[in-house]
Amino acid sequence: MRPIILAVAAAAILAPAACSKKDEAAAPEIAAPAEDGVTHVSAEGDFAENLQLALIEAEPGDKIVMPEGTFEFTTGLSLDVDDVTLAGAGQGKTILDFANQTGAGEGLLVTADDVVLSDFGIRDTKGDGIKSKDSDRITYQYITVEWSGEPDETNGAYGIYPVESTDVLVQNCTVRGASDAGIYVGQSQNIIVRDSVAEYNVAGIEIENSSFADVYGNVARHNAGGILVFDLPDLPVMGGHSTRVYDNDIVENNTVNFAPVGNIVAGVPSGTGMIVMANSDVYITGNRFADNRTVDVMLNAYTEPFTDENYNPLLTDITLSGNTYEGGLDDPQGMLAPVAAVLGGSLPSIVTDGVTRWNGGEDQAVNLVIAEAPEVGFLNLGLGEYPLDPSKLQPSMDRPAGTPVPEREAVVLPQDTKQP
Amino acid sequence: MRHVLPFACLILAACGAGQAAAPTVPDLETILADKPAPVLSDYGFFTDAGADHPAKRVKSYDLINPLFSDDADKHRFIYVPPGERAKADGAGLPEFPVGTALIKTFAFAPDLRDPETGNFKVETRVIIRKADGWAAFPYVWNEDGTQATYAPVGARRTIETISPQGEPLQIHYEVPNKNQCKTCHQSGDVVEPIGPKLRNLDHPGPAGVDQLSDWVSAGILDGVPLGMKRTPDAMDVSLPLDARARGYLDINCGHCHNPGGSASNSGLWLMLEETSPTRLGLKKHPTAAGRGSGDRRYVIDPGHPEESILAFRMASTEPGIAMPELGRTLPDPVGIDLINQWIAGMDTE
Repeated sequence: MRPIILAVAAAAILAPAACSKKDEAAAPEIAAPAEDGVTHVSAEGDFAENLQLALIEAEPGDKIVMPEGTFEFTTGLSLDVDDVTLAGAGQGKTILDFANQTGAGEGLLVTADDVVLSDFGIRDTKGDGIKSKDSDRITYQYITVEWSGEPDETNGAYGIYPVESTDVLVQNCTVRGASDAGIYVGQSQNIIVRDSVAEYNVAGIEIENSSFADVYGNVARHNAGGILVFDLPDLPVMGGHSTRVYDNDIVENNTVNFAPVGNIVAGVPSGTGMIVMANSDVYITGNRFADNRTVDVMLNAYTEPFTDENYNPLLTDITLSGNTYEGGLDDPQGMLAPVAAVLGGSLPSIVTDGVTRWNGGEDQAVNLVIAEAPEVGFLNLGLGEYPLDPSKLQPSMDRPAGTPVPEREAVVLPQDTKQP
Repeated sequence: MRHVLPFACLILAACGAGQAAAPTVPDLETILADKPAPVLSDYGFFTDAGADHPAKRVKSYDLINPLFSDDADKHRFIYVPPGERAKADGAGLPEFPVGTALIKTFAFAPDLRDPETGNFKVETRVIIRKADGWAAFPYVWNEDGTQATYAPVGARRTIETISPQGEPLQIHYEVPNKNQCKTCHQSGDVVEPIGPKLRNLDHPGPAGVDQLSDWVSAGILDGVPLGMKRTPDAMDVSLPLDARARGYLDINCGHCHNPGGSASNSGLWLMLEETSPTRLGLKKHPTAAGRGSGDRRYVIDPGHPEESILAFRMASTEPGIAMPELGRTLPDPVGIDLINQWIAGMDTE
């Protein structure tokens, strides 16, 4: 048997609170609900504890309302109760500040279904801003997630980060300063990202290993790369497909790439409007590409070595139609800079790597449909085979003879039909 | 067994808890109530206010490999209701009957080189098997170590002690909140205990006798499966390095890094059963590591711990980089050394 432990505090050990005070601490004040199912979190006392307690004690159907003000947190918040709304007084009015965070991997972690996050800001988290995992039918609206100061690689990775979820809605949100992606939807299906602003991130909006995403009405500006649609290997959910990206402003994505080395987005050349990588059935239409210094749209295979036997690194069925392109393309960066140098210093609006086969396999029908006005520049690097060998560059400006793919129907989310 | 320690009553009264004398046998009604008990002693798991003397049918146990938690000394107890027994089903988690409680107290000695002396309790976590699944509840101790109060929002404590290396050490200890319990204990849609898998219990326990046989004779467990594979002891230098490293990763990382865990989306799965080199991180690119990548390209770069993200994140204490994300504020030098040796010894091809 283990020796009996003395139930006496050693003098060398500091415990800040006496027991009477601790009793108070164990029961933070929450103002009595003013209406049924609505909890107004009190700014009196320790707001962080009041809010976390409200999130823990919430019942399905409840609304938790935060007051106006800037509140400091030293560890992450979490919500694990279904059908709860967490609302502030406005994106610029209720600010949750994590500059002094010492614990947890994100500012707010949601692990419940049918959650609505609305009208508040999250600032300077050490890791991700808001993460929701396995949270079906989640809504992010009128949320700002930002890292203050200049873009910096010590900023958190993702701003708004729903993952492994079905029916994801992100609308009227603003994300700036993420060292990976501002709005990142991963390993999910049935997704709408609309009417949001992503700026000064490495990637503005990223849809990764996901299917049935509609991304529209957004502004992606001043990122290193505006909008990315990727599929990556070695993940539980792969085979990303069926994304429509339309009616977005994808402009001046010329911020220097500040991602830490090792992250896949660290390879995104600054000045890229959009990248589609290893994904399928992607429809890109009605967007305004302007003043992106490297390239407006890059269509390419996965670029890194991989061993995953279930992974297809190629593109399939990618349609570009009715987008507008203006300015930029005058200062190609990153891995595309040497390619541009070979071609006289600049790139056209649309570039594809021309990879159609991989690991010694046969040619695949990647089916790129470039249905743009004739004057829109296009370049096929003609690399042919993955793994990539830059010495095999065979540039061509001939547009591929793609077979038009019908645009699929819009994503419909239960959140949309439920709202007043 | 049924006597109540007089000093405990006095201290409880002084703290204003208004508690009657604590029960001296576990109270199943309290254990299975919808709401957690306001103070730990209400459950009746212990006969003393300091929660050192287990009540009837509450049994002290320990694990082959414990999770590293800032060098906290952990005291584990299990209670299985009378007439019930856990069903052993392979090497994994036994099927514990409703009413089972796992009670774990985290404590620090004033000198970590002598963990058995002058232990100061910080928190006790109670995880209860209810009719609809497991539920976890954190309790925080008062300064005198006489009462632990339910603390759904967790707590922070500054602990001054002497490190195992003999240096003054200040620990900014974080008691996780109730939701954070789930982050580590998630298994699919449910919460599950992490440590007491049969394979991790299969050794001489605190009583100095074979722990699983002891559980069987105590009526806690219905039997021990034949041919069960025990978890390799990470600290047993007589075992192969690979087995020790996998044992360490299993308990410290595998509870999140598995197909049903909080880190399932990473595709990095570190439980003992995983066999795919890529899933274990070899030459695997990070997915959502952010600055946690530490400017390194692979989770494990075989032969090169200094180029491996796994080693970088284990050594960090910064949120956003540190792994595990919760449950530690210090690095584990012993574990880091083990994992570094393991990676360094890997074939670089």
